[in-house]
Amino acid sequence: VNVEDAGGETLGRLLVVYPWTQRFFDSFGNLSSASAIMGNPKVKAHGKKVLTSLGDAIKHLDDLKGTFAQLSELHCDKLHVDPENFKLLGNVLVTVLAIHFGKEFTPEVQASWQKMVTGVASALSSRYH
Amino acid sequence: MSLTKTERTIIVSMWAKISTQADTIGTETLERPFLSHPQTKTYFPHFDLHPGSAQLRAHGSKVVAAVGDAVKSIDDIGGALSKLSELHAYILRVDPVNFKLLSHCLLVTLAARFPADFTAEAHAAWDKFLSVVSSVLTEKYR
Repeated sequence: VNVEDAGGETLGRLLVVYPWTQRFFDSFGNLSSASAIMGNPKVKAHGKKVLTSLGDAIKHLDDLKGTFAQLSELHCDKLHVDPENFKLLGNVLVTVLAIHFGKEFTPEVQASWQKMVTGVASALSSRYH
Repeated sequence: MSLTKTERTIIVSMWAKISTQADTIGTETLERPFLSHPQTKTYFPHFDLHPGSAQLRAHGSKVVAAVGDAVKSIDDIGGALSKLSELHAYILRVDPVNFKLLSHCLLVTLAARFPADFTAEAHAAWDKFLSVVSSVLTEKYR
């Protein structure tokens, strides 16, 4: 999977499908329509960041909590992101993977990915207080 | 929450394609939550849940047909699904959280089978439509 394309696609779709998530991205410029969002260079850049981070998770599947400890604090203390958003993003990523892999994205493959995004969401919320 | 004209057009036009694969889509849509969210199986203790089982196929078809009914009466989903709404409220009593899980799995099924059609706009329309369907099905719960 091309992390840059998939990242932009995933973050973009989050903002299109669940418009209230745009509340975190006031500084991103034009988010006024689906095409504006999907073409927005800041969305693409940030999407790439997010997905790169998920790529790191895959390398440390046995210690997701440790891997995401700092990011968890960041999301709670600085970014003030409701953990519900991690679930939404996870499911959008699963959908993007389905588009990309089509038939290969069998129910079994999906189940593995759901487990992973749930693990990441849990790790990201572990330092909330 | 109600669907815009554009959203309705997207749903209805995609449904024409979707209905040609209705049976396999139905089966796949049920298999996915059983694997991804195993707790959903608790509603089917009486079923043979092996992939491709006759019961799964029959039930999948039922579910897809119901979604089709909602699409055909997209201006009055409440009316079209009224009986199903009562069934879910008084007999089945499926916990509301499961509608989100099934909806997500239907979206994944559609995304995998119709990648070119499943644009960000279509994704949003379908998520919203299924959200409306889920609301209708749970509106008589209490």
